[in-house]
Amino acid sequence: MNEHILELKRISKSFSGVEVLHEVSFALRPGEVHALLGENGAGKSTLVKIVTGVHQPDKGEIFLNGEPVHFGDARESRQAGIAAIYQELSLFPDLDVAENIFAGRQPVTPGGRVNWGQLYAEAGKLLESLGVKLDLKQKARTLSIAQQQMVEIARAFSIHARILIMDEPTSSLTLHEVDELFGLVRRLRAEGTAIIFISHRLEEILALADRVTVLRDGSYVATHPTKEVTRYGLIRLMVGRTITDLFPKQDVTAGEVVLKAENLTRPGSFYKVSFELRRGEILGLAGLVGSGRTNVARAIFGVEPPTAGRIQVEGREVKITSPQYAIELGLAYVPEDRQLHGLIPAMPLTSNISLPMLPHYAQMGWLRDTRERKSAYDAARQMEVRANNMWQLARELSGGNQQKVVLAKWLSTQPRILILDEPTRGIDVGTKAAVHALMSKLAAEGMAILMISSELPEILGMSDRVIVMREGRVTGTFSRAEATQEKIISAATQDVATIGITL
Amino acid sequence: MTAQNPPALGTSPGTISNLLWTLVRFREAGISVFILILVVAITLRSPSFLSVDNFEDILLNISILTIVALAQAMVIITRGIDLSVSSMIGLVAMMVAFVVKQNPEMPVLFAVLLGMALGAVLGTFNGLIIAVGKVPPIIATLGTLSIYRGLVFFYSQGTWINSFELPKSFKLLSKGTPLGLPNMVIVAIVVAVIVYYFLNYTRTGRDIFAIGSNPDAAQFAGIRKQRIIFLVYLISGLLTGLAAVLWASRFESAQTNTGLGFELQTVAASVIGGVSTGGGAGTVPGVLLGALLLGIIQNALPLVHISPFWQLAVQGVLILVAVVTDNLIVRRAQRTQK
Amino acid sequence: MTQHSETQSATLIKEFAPRRSFLAYFQRWEWLLVLLIAVVIVANTRLSPHFLDARNISRTSSDFMELGLMMLPMAFIIITTGSVDLSVASNLGMCASFMGWLYMHGVNIWVAALAALVLGSLAGFLNGTLVARLKLPPLVVTLGTYAFYRGVAYVLLGDQAARGYPKAFTYIGQGKIPGTLIPFSVALFIVLAIIFGLILHRTVFGRYAFSIGNNENATLYSGVPVARIKIILFTISGFMAALAGLVLAARFGSTRPDIGTGLELAVITAAVLGGVDINGGKGTIIGAVLSLLLIGLMRFGMGLLNVQGQVQGIVIGLLLILSILLPNIAQQVSSVRDVRINWRSVLIGLGALAVFLAFFLFFFWSRALVIAGN
Repeated sequence: MNEHILELKRISKSFSGVEVLHEVSFALRPGEVHALLGENGAGKSTLVKIVTGVHQPDKGEIFLNGEPVHFGDARESRQAGIAAIYQELSLFPDLDVAENIFAGRQPVTPGGRVNWGQLYAEAGKLLESLGVKLDLKQKARTLSIAQQQMVEIARAFSIHARILIMDEPTSSLTLHEVDELFGLVRRLRAEGTAIIFISHRLEEILALADRVTVLRDGSYVATHPTKEVTRYGLIRLMVGRTITDLFPKQDVTAGEVVLKAENLTRPGSFYKVSFELRRGEILGLAGLVGSGRTNVARAIFGVEPPTAGRIQVEGREVKITSPQYAIELGLAYVPEDRQLHGLIPAMPLTSNISLPMLPHYAQMGWLRDTRERKSAYDAARQMEVRANNMWQLARELSGGNQQKVVLAKWLSTQPRILILDEPTRGIDVGTKAAVHALMSKLAAEGMAILMISSELPEILGMSDRVIVMREGRVTGTFSRAEATQEKIISAATQDVATIGITL
Repeated sequence: MTAQNPPALGTSPGTISNLLWTLVRFREAGISVFILILVVAITLRSPSFLSVDNFEDILLNISILTIVALAQAMVIITRGIDLSVSSMIGLVAMMVAFVVKQNPEMPVLFAVLLGMALGAVLGTFNGLIIAVGKVPPIIATLGTLSIYRGLVFFYSQGTWINSFELPKSFKLLSKGTPLGLPNMVIVAIVVAVIVYYFLNYTRTGRDIFAIGSNPDAAQFAGIRKQRIIFLVYLISGLLTGLAAVLWASRFESAQTNTGLGFELQTVAASVIGGVSTGGGAGTVPGVLLGALLLGIIQNALPLVHISPFWQLAVQGVLILVAVVTDNLIVRRAQRTQK
Repeated sequence: MTQHSETQSATLIKEFAPRRSFLAYFQRWEWLLVLLIAVVIVANTRLSPHFLDARNISRTSSDFMELGLMMLPMAFIIITTGSVDLSVASNLGMCASFMGWLYMHGVNIWVAALAALVLGSLAGFLNGTLVARLKLPPLVVTLGTYAFYRGVAYVLLGDQAARGYPKAFTYIGQGKIPGTLIPFSVALFIVLAIIFGLILHRTVFGRYAFSIGNNENATLYSGVPVARIKIILFTISGFMAALAGLVLAARFGSTRPDIGTGLELAVITAAVLGGVDINGGKGTIIGAVLSLLLIGLMRFGMGLLNVQGQVQGIVIGLLLILSILLPNIAQQVSSVRDVRINWRSVLIGLGALAVFLAFFLFFFWSRALVIAGN
């Protein structure tokens, strides 16, 4: 048998004349967890889509167990034993857990009838062997994200996938769930499955993967066993240079309280949340995913107002019932999900940036093109957005540049209170540093910033004060000096036991 | 981690609202209760409602609706819609009536098969445009609604088929009772059983739900989406063709406006019966109950001295109620998920 | 496609997009419509001598104005929500019936007309509230109100007809601008079309509509009052439906409760044919108006050739389907990488063709039997 279960040789791929992959080679061994690392735009997802047959390479060959193969579409790669779990989970919300596992391949009697008894029995056995406890008859729609991922993995298991690809699987998981996920992955590895693991979280890669391959700008850089690399070493390979200071937070004396939340409550989301935000400070809001932080942000911004509690903005008590009103009060909210809530992908940059302030560029409702154009252009220039021109559609930009556009949009509303929800998620290291520098500068100029982040280094590095939430409640408050990883994790999980990952 | 919906922070539902909630969530139970209440209320006002004859009348009225509503339900489950069913009924009824008039000795079964074949062709046209041509179902069937209705006029040149032009055997096709119940009703029952089996016990049937629930995931899972979507419209045509023959037989005529406006009722029966317009969900019993509810209302209005002109308005209100409750359910479920 | 984050000397973003070539300017749906209109005009002029008769055109043009009036807000709604308002024709019927009912009970015609406009707006407001505040899908909500409003029309008038409208009122539907051949309703439509067009393309409100249609969530988060805008749109749709009802009732000179039945489909057809994308976010008023002109000319021409109204529907229906089908097929064909012939597709295509051929043979054969017999 060949040493490698999957080999990609000199794969090249272009889209609309832009080369996205240039002669990339990649080899995967059975029974290993192989991480794929690279900045946004490095070509990771394109490479993966070629492996799963969604795209076809322009040049180069693919070998499966030593035999050359060609996948015309996703179905063909699946039939060859390649399964992929993307960030956009592909479960069927209206079907139950058992049927989701066997969708399209339900066991049938000799007469062709679906054998439900067998389906539930086998699904039950499968979940049990994986150590997953789920109600088989529960509709997938009501599962949490972590549970949905479990089902996806169970499905991959059930089709005896020889190769499993996981694209950023942990970005929406709590630490505990990440632990469980890694356990499953290790089990799969023990059975001989080869796993391609894409993540931005270096710590996870170092903890879980056997080998890591780095891509940069569409080209292959290097492959190393994870035992032999360090965090900074990986960053250097990814970026091609050293980044010395990722979190350039200057110390600032905070001013008066601009935002005060008292006992904010919304049944099912958060309960008696209180905090204060001062001018010039960055307040980090830490916690596990699902702890209710985004809900609080959305409540303050007027999207889903709290049912009880008070909010004071600049000393005045207000009832924020819509984003429109929130903006008038000087708030701005950069959402967690760029594509869904931050941008309008099919519209040009100009329209995206000008949207919140559109009435300002109009006279009695009548749009004044030149005013709008100039303003948006200045904003984009200031943020150093890298794109061809202002009339490019937002969806054509890379993740980092899209985030810059969102920031440009919000800064043009001249807010006094800025709420950032996972501001550097899914962004390359270079842009990340730029965003942090910007945050620092804004705070120094007097902006009050509420930063929601699931990345502890970011919380510790950028916050003047830290608030921790767990299951909708505030469980800890720390100043910059007091805050340590252990304290935050402990408040976030109320679990002092060690977790399998050191951050 | 056996997660059932945990009680939301800060709420304490009472038992009455819990009961209502359960009724709303389990659609069939909810409609059944509503029908029961309705039947009681109507009988109190007009005791003649609760008679075997009347009941048989209702069943007759809804047989055709049931057949086409089941087809429509399958289409809606795939996130589509078939607005052309009313025109298909008109066209197939006319064509079959013409043939039957000219060949009165022809076995009636032949007429049925002919109708189904014609319907299948019309359904194929829909299916090709939608599945292969990727035209959105609402546009495609809007177009074929006009095309097929125009073909009825073109075909008949303004003539129509009267009762005396049709042989007795044909008229008996729908109303004869060799098996105790009128044939139409039996056909409807058979169709319901077949569709139930298809949707719940065949891979293709389950694939229909998968496609409606998450079309992209279905593609990845190896489900032949294009083929199945085509099939669904083909079946819709097939069943509508069958319904058309029964229609012509029951009303003993075929006119240019036969079936006009019928598509609304099929969608209404489905939506009221719990078929989700977002796709992926729906049951055969639900559709049957939806059709039954519409039939009861149609039958009961004159009995309780409400002008039949109210029928349409009532149907509209029912659809609205159904949709509102559906969305409330989904919203509640999603909230307790976080 | 994706730009990488570079730290070399910055490629400054440009303010303007590169100039499009001359040809690119014409690659718009609206120009295709213009072309089709030209073809229709030329073809019909050769087939029917009376086609370009001004009086004829004047007379038929008013036949389409109710459709046009309802089409303007429909375009907006499709752009904004990616869905349709199925209740417009029923609303039209309800308002016209309401006015007729009031009038038959002695109310002054103008007061009745005003009341009808208010009713229509309220009906639209109901639609909008259900859609925007309860977050229900527009298609199903308006399906329910489609039945409900028509039902109300029947309840009001039953099997009666309201008639005997005064001449001052019927002028709205039958009269012409003094000194010209332009019907009043056409002038009204043109003015409103211009207004709607300006609003859609040159105002904040219109920009909001496009934004919402492209990504409702992001638009909401950007502080745009999405719910309010939707409610306004549906209310306007209701108002225009009522207005169309007045015009139609004035044109007929009477009102039956089934007035305008089926018009909603023609309205949607006209909008979609006009380039309004059924998925939302794209479309122009000019395109919609051009498509209305195209449909009107086609129907007029076919009418002159003695093609029955319903049979005309075959052509219109085909046009609608082809307008989406052909671009789709073109795109699929052009993106095929494999130049090899897919024999299975060819077989299926031929099979389908054979089936349809058989169908039409049967169609004409069975028809001939009876027609000959009569």
